[in-house]
Amino acid sequence: MNDWSFGPLADPLQYQHPLDVKGQDIAVLLHQLEMMLRIRMAERCLANAKRDGLIGGPVHLGVGQEAVAVGVAAELHKTDRVFGTHRSHAHLLSLGADLRSLFSEVLGRDTGLSRGMGGSMHLWDQPNGFYGSVPIVSGTVPLAVGAALAAKLQGKSDVGVAYFGDGAIEEGVVHESLNLARMLKAPVLFVVENNFFASHMHISLRQPKEATSRFAAANDIPYAIVDGNDVVQVHMAAAKLVAAARNGDGPGFLEAITYRWYGHVDWREDIDVGVNRSVNDLTSWRKRDPIARLVSGLHGTGLFDLERLKAMEDKITKEIETAWKLALSDPFPEPSVLTSRVYAEEGVSQ
Amino acid sequence: MISTRYSYGTAMLAAFEYLLDKYPDVFVIGQGLWSPWYVGNSMTNLEKKFGVHRVIDTPVSESACTGAAVGAALAGMKPIVVHPRMDFMLYAMDAIVNQAAKWSHMVGGQASPGLTIRSIINRGGEQGAQHSQALHAWFAHVPGLRVVMPATVADARDLLIASVLCTSPVIFIDDRWLYELEDNLPTIIERDLSLERPLCLTQGTDMTIVASGYSTLLALNATKELALQGIYAEVIDLRVLNPFYPELIVNSVSKTGRLLAIDGGWSTCGMAGEVIASVAERIPVGTLKKPPLRVTLPNAPAPTSVVLEKAYYPSTEFVVKIAITLLK
Repeated sequence: MNDWSFGPLADPLQYQHPLDVKGQDIAVLLHQLEMMLRIRMAERCLANAKRDGLIGGPVHLGVGQEAVAVGVAAELHKTDRVFGTHRSHAHLLSLGADLRSLFSEVLGRDTGLSRGMGGSMHLWDQPNGFYGSVPIVSGTVPLAVGAALAAKLQGKSDVGVAYFGDGAIEEGVVHESLNLARMLKAPVLFVVENNFFASHMHISLRQPKEATSRFAAANDIPYAIVDGNDVVQVHMAAAKLVAAARNGDGPGFLEAITYRWYGHVDWREDIDVGVNRSVNDLTSWRKRDPIARLVSGLHGTGLFDLERLKAMEDKITKEIETAWKLALSDPFPEPSVLTSRVYAEEGVSQ
Repeated sequence: MISTRYSYGTAMLAAFEYLLDKYPDVFVIGQGLWSPWYVGNSMTNLEKKFGVHRVIDTPVSESACTGAAVGAALAGMKPIVVHPRMDFMLYAMDAIVNQAAKWSHMVGGQASPGLTIRSIINRGGEQGAQHSQALHAWFAHVPGLRVVMPATVADARDLLIASVLCTSPVIFIDDRWLYELEDNLPTIIERDLSLERPLCLTQGTDMTIVASGYSTLLALNATKELALQGIYAEVIDLRVLNPFYPELIVNSVSKTGRLLAIDGGWSTCGMAGEVIASVAERIPVGTLKKPPLRVTLPNAPAPTSVVLEKAYYPSTEFVVKIAITLLK
């Protein structure tokens, strides 16, 4: 890894094996599997609805990347401060967000997580630790540093989490944030979901090296580079870095190598809009499926079988159908909220 | 005279092709330039025709790309920076406001970064607060920037060319909601941007409506409706917001006695307010038959929810309704 290339981790034909779950808590793994399935099935539901014209605004899907959020979330508390991106359904759901409230938000309904004001790209669920996601690339990275700094000033052991992609590392503010977090010893975990693409552009056209962790090293921040489609590996790496942050050791940087199965936005696969995103690549990456690999790993223990998987899927299918149906019949916001929500309530003079 | 059919989008494409073909010191840099969805049909296949070394798709680095273009301009190039959404251009504010806008003045007029920053207002589609902003008034506030907002197919082509050939920094702001406009255009004639002024697009006696960019289309559409009711409005398209030349507007209001300013931005410290203030400063007391009015966005960020989005953007009907109150 000295040359900051991923080697076999960047080759989708590698790392397709079942997960090694030896020594892991099976109950935790089953919970993680269920969460990954919920995220994937919810996003499939959104993809279909977008395709069918039921959703107006842009929807950025992270199918294929579920293990990253779920592995990190396993180490988080409700009082932690998590910030996301334009592609944050998984970050949000992994913290326990309500499905119907997410669906309502995507549909612009008053009952949505952001009360219908934000849609898929502007999500909020602070009671579960999700402070917000926005579509301006890397816009929330310094916010996570600040929320982490606040935890430190407040004498709490909570951490900030900044999710971002390999594209965001190209924004100057990320570099300022890394340095600042390190100098202030802010308890923040930077999580890069390196899926090789910023919109349509492959990382080889944007950066001289694959590993964005080189910037963690430059800022003297402990980092880990992991197979982002292995929830066990993500979880173990996150556990170490989060524990250090909670312990007062300052920031950590987790780079998870993964791949999104859908294109940059909406339900299409984007094999025609850019460079280096071929049908072959996509097919190969689908075989490094974080869910199928965990299922295979669990299957090998003898404690899990396809029947239990089916039961899990059926349960989630029902959950999603119910949530979607309720969300579709939820009310739209009243037009008056256009101007009444601009300032905080105590600032309203009338 | 030979004329060619263009849309607002393909008119800009023609301008890019003309500039890249004729001027070897022109290059284009920005995000999404090799991708079909970010810039509509305004830049199709430019990288194939002119090479990826002159049509550069970039890392996600608005600040550095814009600053680099300022530097390249100082070193003799004619860069065009493209920000497919104005919202992302905010990362580049230092390069635009502190560097490009100030440079000529700071060095006694001896050097000037002649770059063009093309930025697209990309509203609608339930994209919400961070993907919809029209911040032209901010840039028009800053001395040293020329701010261009084409409202017609002709201006989309000819003002883009004039902007790139201009030796000052230019913010060229086009609007996604105009891309389908069509018109026949004559052969390209290079223009001097510093000589461009507002234009009167329709003659009328009852009121003056001033607008720019997409708001000009709104004004023209409303004017057609008003004419059916026997009300004749004079529509003035600002075209260049900074430097601002109000003479044509003042002359028109002196004749009509009524002024409606429409702007696609917000009201407070906005372009509509500037139009009204400029007229108020210059016309004799008693010329105005009614207090001037403005149509702008509500004082709120863009919402996503479809019902709120519909309420947020002024419609032709709304402009007609407001215009009629000027006559009551």
